[in-house]
Amino acid sequence: MIPEIGHFSLIVALALALALAALSLTGAARGIPGFVAVARPAAQGQFVFVAIAFGCLAWSFYSNDFSVLNVASNSNSSLPTAYRIAATWGSHEGSLLLWVLMLSIWMLAVSVFSRSLPEDMVARILGVMGLIAVGFLSFMLFTSNPFERLLPAAADGRDLNPLLQDPGMVFHPPMLYMGYVGFSVAFAFAIAALLDGRLDATWARWSRPWTTAAWVFLTIGIALGSFWAYYELGWGGWWFWDPVENASFMPWLIGTALIHSLAVTEKRGAFKNWTVLLAIIAFSLSLLGTFLVRSGVLTSVHAFATDPKRGIFILCFLAVVIGGSLSLYAWRAHRVEPGGRFELLSRESMLLANSVLLLVACGAVMLGTLYPLFLDALGLGKISVGPPYFESVFMPLMAPAILLAGIGPLVAWRRGDAAQLARQLRWVAIAALLGALFVPLAFGRWAALTSTGLLLAFWILAGTLTALVVRIKSNAKINSAFLGMLLAHAGVGVFVIGITLVKSYETERDLRMAPGDTATLGGYSFRFEGVHELPGPNYAAARGSVTVTRDGETIALLAPEKRIYRVQQNPMTEAAINGGISRDIYVSLGEAVGDGAWTVRVHIKPFIRWIWFGCLTMAFGGLLAASDRRYRAARRREDATAPDATVVRGSTA
Amino acid sequence: MIAIAAGVALISIAAALVLNAFQGNVVFFFSPTQVVAKEAPVDRTFRVGGMVEKGSLKRRADGLTVDFIVTDTAKSIPVVYSGLLPDLFKEGKGVVAQGKLGPDGAFHASEVLAKHDENYMPPEAAHALSKAEADRAAKSVVNPGAAR
Amino acid sequence: MKRFLLPLAIFILLVGFLAVGLKLDPREVPSPLVGKPAPAFELPILQQPDKRFTPGDMRGKVWLLNVWASWCVSCREEHPMLVALSKRGLMPILGLNYKDKGDEANAWLKQFGNPYDLSVVDADGRIGIDYGVYGVPETYLIDAEGVIRYKQIGPLTAAILEQKILPLAMALKK
Repeated sequence: MIPEIGHFSLIVALALALALAALSLTGAARGIPGFVAVARPAAQGQFVFVAIAFGCLAWSFYSNDFSVLNVASNSNSSLPTAYRIAATWGSHEGSLLLWVLMLSIWMLAVSVFSRSLPEDMVARILGVMGLIAVGFLSFMLFTSNPFERLLPAAADGRDLNPLLQDPGMVFHPPMLYMGYVGFSVAFAFAIAALLDGRLDATWARWSRPWTTAAWVFLTIGIALGSFWAYYELGWGGWWFWDPVENASFMPWLIGTALIHSLAVTEKRGAFKNWTVLLAIIAFSLSLLGTFLVRSGVLTSVHAFATDPKRGIFILCFLAVVIGGSLSLYAWRAHRVEPGGRFELLSRESMLLANSVLLLVACGAVMLGTLYPLFLDALGLGKISVGPPYFESVFMPLMAPAILLAGIGPLVAWRRGDAAQLARQLRWVAIAALLGALFVPLAFGRWAALTSTGLLLAFWILAGTLTALVVRIKSNAKINSAFLGMLLAHAGVGVFVIGITLVKSYETERDLRMAPGDTATLGGYSFRFEGVHELPGPNYAAARGSVTVTRDGETIALLAPEKRIYRVQQNPMTEAAINGGISRDIYVSLGEAVGDGAWTVRVHIKPFIRWIWFGCLTMAFGGLLAASDRRYRAARRREDATAPDATVVRGSTA
Repeated sequence: MIAIAAGVALISIAAALVLNAFQGNVVFFFSPTQVVAKEAPVDRTFRVGGMVEKGSLKRRADGLTVDFIVTDTAKSIPVVYSGLLPDLFKEGKGVVAQGKLGPDGAFHASEVLAKHDENYMPPEAAHALSKAEADRAAKSVVNPGAAR
Repeated sequence: MKRFLLPLAIFILLVGFLAVGLKLDPREVPSPLVGKPAPAFELPILQQPDKRFTPGDMRGKVWLLNVWASWCVSCREEHPMLVALSKRGLMPILGLNYKDKGDEANAWLKQFGNPYDLSVVDADGRIGIDYGVYGVPETYLIDAEGVIRYKQIGPLTAAILEQKILPLAMALKK
């Protein structure tokens, strides 16, 4: 009964989404107040029914209802409760439902927090989001019904893929999807503005907090995914340039560009076309990511079982949504008036250069991701594009972007003061050079790339600090948007330090160890004590014990595991990690090679936690910026204030 | 004007970077049949995919180096790898190895990938197997008497 | 105006490639085996392990070979269709029990019904390789000459059965 309620709720939600899209878009276009008024209640109703459907599916998983195909395929009665609930989004169907749930949450948020927007604008925004919901709901109902019954019911389920049985599975997908789908708000704002012709600074101010909020979720989602891969896959890597990772990273890059471009559009009324295009691209890439993952055109660790019918459906949907919005853009964009003028040395040009760099970097990532597909489509053979490609293209493109991010906050809008900037940058340059020279000395090994990475990191950190000092000295008000921006930039610096030090100074060894054997790596000694069997809830594990000592002092007792999951009979490596601010010690177990000996891999990863800490700092900065009082206050008096009147020299974010 | 010039310059730099990186870092894929027919490059890293032949996995005395045979059911080549094998590496299952051909005729893998579950094979490995199968089927039609 | 069309043009190009890429999906690629003789094998029969079966025994008949396993969830999806088909008695259905355990396979047939005239046991999947099995389930239509006429990768659907396999089988019988 519960699955049928869920299925029925999805149908009701689809009907509501259809009504929402049709009525509110026509209402806004023709000026029919009765139709426009439908937008909010329809969006809220859609949320309620999607939430019911999601609850029903989660209940089916929780209560082990193996008469539901989805549950039988992705769960098992011995699966721990938390993972049974996480298994709700462990399958293709379930993750689509999560996608739609996230979309509905964003729609609910727009319908609640948009009191100050003109009614027809709200109707257009919700109408566009409703159209997207129509696409995804019908995709689900027609090709991937999560509530499909399995009759007769299975005695027990096939279990969740062991790789997904991890706390990461509980948090990573909801965060990532929340970010992915969140760009639909910025997209809907952009489309609404194009339809309406009201593309101005007010529009930018409305979209900014929404875009930043989506970006915060995406940042956290990607960071969680990376951390999860690091400790779960057992290979010590934290980013693989895997197609699915790239699919989430591309919208992030464009989202970052969009945030910066929106700042210019709000403050100076410039780059409107560019901003709108970025908003369209950011969401298009979210859709493309969904397509790549769900259609099986690209395969990766994350890809689910594929079905060409589904691929064709998503591709058509993609063509309609993205093709439609780009056509609208081509049709309407030339009507937009140019914004305020600016000199070459100005914050505007810095932000423009940065967003172009981000766009180009995203293009390079996309090319690398899709190039094997292109070659295959043209019948030119099978290839794979690995991390070396991405690293050698991405880094040179990001280096100037980071340099600019260090300078940007110091340059004034419209026209920068070159002499003053040079004075301020002197200290930044000195700090960066000192850091780049002396930090490698502490590690005892110098390399050009290490110094370059550190130079960039210290440059952006010092530049950010200088911007804060300058602002304090000038006695100007420091709002949370400004602080948030500085914090996010500092996060980039921390992130780059982490990457540089890990890439330069990590060490690893593969060893064969018999009980009692000792090996040394990076000043630590590892004593292998042996392996004993240990039963888990739904797996059997072989647990090794390794004592780590340094200068005779015990640092940690590590217990890496090799698990065999009972249902799917797949082995899983569970690495043991001793984490710290300055280094991680990472031990994973290979296989038994006789006489109680095992193959063991040990890694020392200096400063690797800084990578995720940097991401969290960026996300926190974004949160601070999105919560700025200005957005709420500004909205209330948005009609009274002309956009250019808000531009005060030095006020910023 | 300056903005456009800068944009063009940026894109050409990016294009140069991309082309350069593609040249150096793209890894081609070959099936064991192609490797045996000497179609694969000698001094370049490439990938070979197929199935790990049953009973071919041997571990050397150092405990870390393994030898196994990758086959596309038509031809097979020996592979040497030193290090921890991935969790899903099994005899009789699909595998993709990345490395170089050694002077001894064996494929020296620097990386072994086996991302699959019970029903799934790495697409490259599946590709190699189905190609060999097609070739064999074609031969058996030409010469029906020789079919098994 | 023209420069605003550029993003659209790039996107159309991209969609073209993606559409072609989609066609390359492994499930859509026609099996190289179609139109070729079914690879020979000799395997023990599930219910009578001391007896063996080869495809040669089916010469002169149009028959279905269905690859299944008790661990395979999609097999459950298509199974009722096979049971219904066997009741109609249109053609023999043979099972290839793929990488399975004998007792589990028999228990599965007892639970869900046995549509197969007989099932052969391919415990280590050797024959699966000859047939190019990508995943379970798969179904082959083999004609009186022992030539594979159709291959379905993944579970059968009523549409495929009624619109493709059965008409083809009827035509081959004549």
